[in-house]
Amino acid sequence: MDSLFFLFQGFATAIEPANLIYAAVGVIIGTAVGVLPGIGPALTVALLLPVTFKLDPGGSIIMFAGIYYGGMYGGSTTAILLNTPGESASVVTALEGNQMARSGRGGPALATAAIGSFVAALIATVGLAFLAPILVKVAVKFGPWDYFGLMLIAFVTVSATFGSSPLRGLTSLAFGLWLGLMGIDQLTGQARLTFGVPELLDGVEVTTLAVGLFAIGEALLVASRHLFKPEKPMPVKGSIWMTKEDWNRSWKPWLRGTVLGFPIGALPAGGAEIPTFLSYNVERKLSKKPEEFGHGAIEGVAGPEAANNASAAGTLVPLLTLGLPTSATAAVMLAGFQQYNIQPGPLLFTQHADLVWGLVASLFIANVMLLVLNLPLVGLWVRLLAIPLPWLYAGILVFASMGTIAANPSVVELLLLTGFGVVGFLMRKFDYPIAPAVVGLILGPLADSALRRSMQMSLGDPMILLQHPSSAIMIGVAVVALVAPFIFRGLSKFQQDED
Amino acid sequence: MRKLLKICFAATMAISAVGVVSNVNAQSLELNIMAPAGAGGGWDSAARSLQEVMMATGAAKSVQVVNVPGAGGTVGLAQFIGSAKGSPNQLLVAGITLVGASISNNSPVDLTKVTPVARLTGDPLVIVVPKDSPIKTIADLQAQIKSDVAKTIWVGGSAGGADHILAALVTKESGADPAQVNYVAYSGGGESLAAMLGGQATAGVSGYGEWQGQIESGDLRALAISYPEPIEGIEAKPLKAQGLNIELVNWRGVFAGPRVEGADLDALKAAVEKTVKSEQWQAVLKTRGWADYYAPSDEFQAFIGSETERVHEVLKSIGLAN
Repeated sequence: MDSLFFLFQGFATAIEPANLIYAAVGVIIGTAVGVLPGIGPALTVALLLPVTFKLDPGGSIIMFAGIYYGGMYGGSTTAILLNTPGESASVVTALEGNQMARSGRGGPALATAAIGSFVAALIATVGLAFLAPILVKVAVKFGPWDYFGLMLIAFVTVSATFGSSPLRGLTSLAFGLWLGLMGIDQLTGQARLTFGVPELLDGVEVTTLAVGLFAIGEALLVASRHLFKPEKPMPVKGSIWMTKEDWNRSWKPWLRGTVLGFPIGALPAGGAEIPTFLSYNVERKLSKKPEEFGHGAIEGVAGPEAANNASAAGTLVPLLTLGLPTSATAAVMLAGFQQYNIQPGPLLFTQHADLVWGLVASLFIANVMLLVLNLPLVGLWVRLLAIPLPWLYAGILVFASMGTIAANPSVVELLLLTGFGVVGFLMRKFDYPIAPAVVGLILGPLADSALRRSMQMSLGDPMILLQHPSSAIMIGVAVVALVAPFIFRGLSKFQQDED
Repeated sequence: MRKLLKICFAATMAISAVGVVSNVNAQSLELNIMAPAGAGGGWDSAARSLQEVMMATGAAKSVQVVNVPGAGGTVGLAQFIGSAKGSPNQLLVAGITLVGASISNNSPVDLTKVTPVARLTGDPLVIVVPKDSPIKTIADLQAQIKSDVAKTIWVGGSAGGADHILAALVTKESGADPAQVNYVAYSGGGESLAAMLGGQATAGVSGYGEWQGQIESGDLRALAISYPEPIEGIEAKPLKAQGLNIELVNWRGVFAGPRVEGADLDALKAAVEKTVKSEQWQAVLKTRGWADYYAPSDEFQAFIGSETERVHEVLKSIGLAN
């Protein structure tokens, strides 16, 4: 079996002492930064991207894997302890996890999250190792029309699932799409929306937008709120270990969460949010003590956390085989790959087989390291949160600006970062989701060229999108996903009126 | 990977140490080479190879590489023209893509504004068709172009780049209007390769090296290369040998700033010539898969002029320039 051979080779690469150190450093700084309030894995990876520039691609990607899983874990920690989910996928974790922490059971909550993440990521990484190569064969057959169909699905689900209303999601997406139009058009080589600024000819950097919207926007928002309602961290009380009952109530949710998370995450438009909500609902339905839900049920932490991590491994499937970023974190990772002129896509497995299997192997290793490092350190992580918020966010502002300037030393870049920070603050203030804007910037240009390439190949006949069964199905799915919520809402309203 | 890097590093250090010792009196050039592109691309690797060999052969005492990416190289070129005016120790690596980019971006600067020092490398482009295609020869492809130019779908690298120019030249030579060439631009050889393997295009253009693997494995059928002479180890014949009067080479060269002349220019010319004539440079060409396309300053200067004119004409015929 080729996969097995390559995987072993990957392990051989990953356990070289230098690479082990990269993985350990990645896990430690990933968790340390991820544990800061409001900073999820996407931002963690974006902030630390410049750190990995200096390494060779192999070492850099291994460190990346560590940062990624470390950031994921750190994000859940703040969701549980501070009720500040680092990202939308940890929102569900905060529901029960913070209730547990408030009743002094923060330790078991953190533990079930950590072990559940470990179990889920382990199983899902196996899935990644053995299913991804099969997907590649399908991937080469993907024409521009199929890519366009995929992009449509991604647009619709991302904007519909983030935020309080599809309209707000779509608005945020439109902002990202507009930014994505800037720069030299790939198909004609002509400049669009650059307003005569040569620095804009290459378009807007994804990392600049992500850091501006996420980090600077969040810092501004916290600063604006702090005057009126300072937030305080909370100490962990009692034992940090899980009781026998906790174990019994956790292991099934872990497995169910994994089963939900991996396939949905692997769907190019699955994302991490849907499986966490599904898992939460499933556990609530199946629990023997449904009355505990809402007051700190451990199943409500175990299931969604497993689903979150399994889907994270799942999102690597379309990223590595199709070059499609389906989550904010995957989007930032894509930017990381591109730093090295590595284009994730159908050929990544053949052209950079060593890197891919090295990555898969280092995901395993990052997982083990996370568990080993974090369980004993739960008490310490909480102390990180004791940094006074003004200091914390001032530090974030400094690091965000420095990271951006380091990547591209230009005044235009810094102005863009500041502008995006203000936009991010306003979007939070008025309850617009952030992630669709980032997704729009990444997927917009891809969808634009996919559509126009299709039209070029069909000599201008739009029916080409429906003539290929695969793209027709995907466009159909996207339409249903867009329209269905409205219909269901209409129906339930109708039923209410009946009652 | 790390180990390999360490060995390379140690070897480079050892060679440069020897080189510096033997040339202490000969050279004291301290150079800055600008690659007007990001790290990892063709210009960047050319600049870094120059750096390595210049220091190893003692052609220069120290060499630094600066990356200024953006807009097909025009951002870097504009900056270079400003900062390197009359400077005796600044070089720029550039190639045919920058000629095309300055024209199609309507850039106020182009390569005629800087001082050519030497042409270094030239890579052949290759024209391929999918393995199941009924097109077996370049004549078949020409017949297809002649019968329906719009239905002949080409794929290749960025719009207005060398690949696009070759597609337009072949279309014109086949007796069809190059303005109608149906060229689908992808951002790089990897992406357009997927389109070729998936059978979505009639023909594809890329640097030979990028598609070499698929050509040798039989997944793609190579019809012709754009180099004027046959190349050892490449089975496909030049377009010229197959009756098409086309030669197009993806060349790279090195330039000094505007108004660099006299002794300053001579010193730079001598340093580059020494580098290019060294064994180490030949070894670099071999490992990188680049073809030697060296031309000294005067010849290169005339070449830049004719190349700019020709590219402009082709881009005009495609409708990308006015």
